[in-house]
Amino acid sequence: MAAGAASGGSSQSDTYKEARGWLLLPAWAVLGVFVLAPVLMMLVYSFLTKEFRGGVIWEFSLGAYDQFFCNRGLFGDEPCSIEWTYINIFWRSIWQAGAATILSLVIGFPTAYFIATRPEKIRPLWVFMITIPYWVNLLIRTVSMKFMLRDQGPLNDFLISTGLIDSPIHIINTNFAVQLGLFYSYLPFMVLPIYASVERYNFNLSEAAADLYASKWVTARRILLPAVKPGVIAGCVLVFVPSLGSFLAPDLLGGAKNFMIGSLIEEQFKGNAGNWPFGAAASMVLLTMVLILLVVFARQQARAEKAQ
Amino acid sequence: MSTRKYDIKSLPGFLPITILCLVVLYAPLVVVTLYSFNDSTSITIWEGVSLRWYADVFNGPESTKFKIAAWNSFSIAIIAATCATTIATLAATAMIRGGRFRLRTVSFGLISLPLMVPEIVTAVATLIFFNSIGFTRGYTTILVAHIAFCIPFAYMPISARMQGIEDTYEQAALDLYASKRQAFTKILLPLMMPGIISGFLLAFIISLDDFIITNFVKGAGVETLPTAIFGSVKQGIKPNIMAISTMLLALSVLMVTISYFVSKKDNTK
Repeated sequence: MAAGAASGGSSQSDTYKEARGWLLLPAWAVLGVFVLAPVLMMLVYSFLTKEFRGGVIWEFSLGAYDQFFCNRGLFGDEPCSIEWTYINIFWRSIWQAGAATILSLVIGFPTAYFIATRPEKIRPLWVFMITIPYWVNLLIRTVSMKFMLRDQGPLNDFLISTGLIDSPIHIINTNFAVQLGLFYSYLPFMVLPIYASVERYNFNLSEAAADLYASKWVTARRILLPAVKPGVIAGCVLVFVPSLGSFLAPDLLGGAKNFMIGSLIEEQFKGNAGNWPFGAAASMVLLTMVLILLVVFARQQARAEKAQ
Repeated sequence: MSTRKYDIKSLPGFLPITILCLVVLYAPLVVVTLYSFNDSTSITIWEGVSLRWYADVFNGPESTKFKIAAWNSFSIAIIAATCATTIATLAATAMIRGGRFRLRTVSFGLISLPLMVPEIVTAVATLIFFNSIGFTRGYTTILVAHIAFCIPFAYMPISARMQGIEDTYEQAALDLYASKRQAFTKILLPLMMPGIISGFLLAFIISLDDFIITNFVKGAGVETLPTAIFGSVKQGIKPNIMAISTMLLALSVLMVTISYFVSKKDNTK
């Protein structure tokens, strides 16, 4: 018992061992029926025949995946060559999410490091300051961003009044606006894991390196960075994954030209396209990509933990 | 410790970036808040301070729509957060106080499933599910979907709290002939209260915040605040939307602040 208490408090406790089945039943039922079963049903739908104006016909078909990956010419009778339309939308989404992740890292790492090196008492307050905006409604934040970035918006007014620019710069409806929106949506996910890993870092190691005449930057790069790498990777995954399937930022800030996966899927169900099996298939492709990423990430984190 | 000429911990340029980070995070929210008090029908020109757009939200031409949307949003958030918190508390008790068991990892995976699956995929899946069982979309479908995806958000602070509480208090109660049920309701639950409250508040905010899943599973004519705001913003940002946004923003900040101070409270002492 003492050993159990030392390694993670009361996590080994089995006080309610007999009741655990009943205690878990509601969670199993709700999540099983309303999350797991729907995902499986979506998989089934992606192999059904489309009905025009939404819905499906219960007949097996590879049509949705065929439409996604295969170009069969104007009349649909040619042999399959690679269809780039949808792959390109996925590719653009990966690129946008990647750019947003790098932007978050460039701003988020110094911020997390700065917070983690403050006196212990005021650190929670700093973390709190960073997380408050995250809890504000995502839609409202995205709309606020749209308001800020308009050609006649406050940002351009401010830049003109300081004399930095003469005429408004056009940001809204560009790739950069979407990246900025995604950055704004998920920044705390970058800051928090990096903060946690820097806080755990033993600065005596840096002291030792400095005593052995390593310069500040060599110390940071060779000693600090490898130690906080798991936190950095966790932050990147946590920003990249939700960015990849995001809908609001590309829809409100990107305009029609900057279509991403989320908009493609939404259009199949809410918009004019009305092709449910295709929407289900595109969702399956997105889900598969995310799950592969998460499995690779989990393995990498487990390995890093073992190495320490 | 030897004194060094420089501080090994501080890296140059990190303070300005931190300040930039805070400016980027807060500037849009502050600006929208300021402009919600603008006495002008244009969102570009500043014409002095007024509360006219707040009055417009409550009495203006769109007030009925907003009132119904607000009622839907808040009633769904309260019911969904209550259900999710109850389910999460029971599940956390089994996970943290139930010893080791075979299905523990699987259970944990299931609980965190809504966090791993992209929101738009959950939205599509839920829509397809309700469609395939022939359930008419509306208030109930939104509520059920919200209960499900709020569970992991309620679970996280609750399980973290329970991990931090030694089971010696319950063991002591059991030694004094309390039943397991009494140990749970009289000892563990009161100790857990800060975790349960912050779990509830986070679930509440997450439900109130949700747009994507709600947008998919809502039926025609049923709106929550985010879907109503989204529909309105599609035609351009209007001042009354900024007033609603500011009110929701203030509510979120208030609730997170309460959650922060409650979770810091340690009532095992």
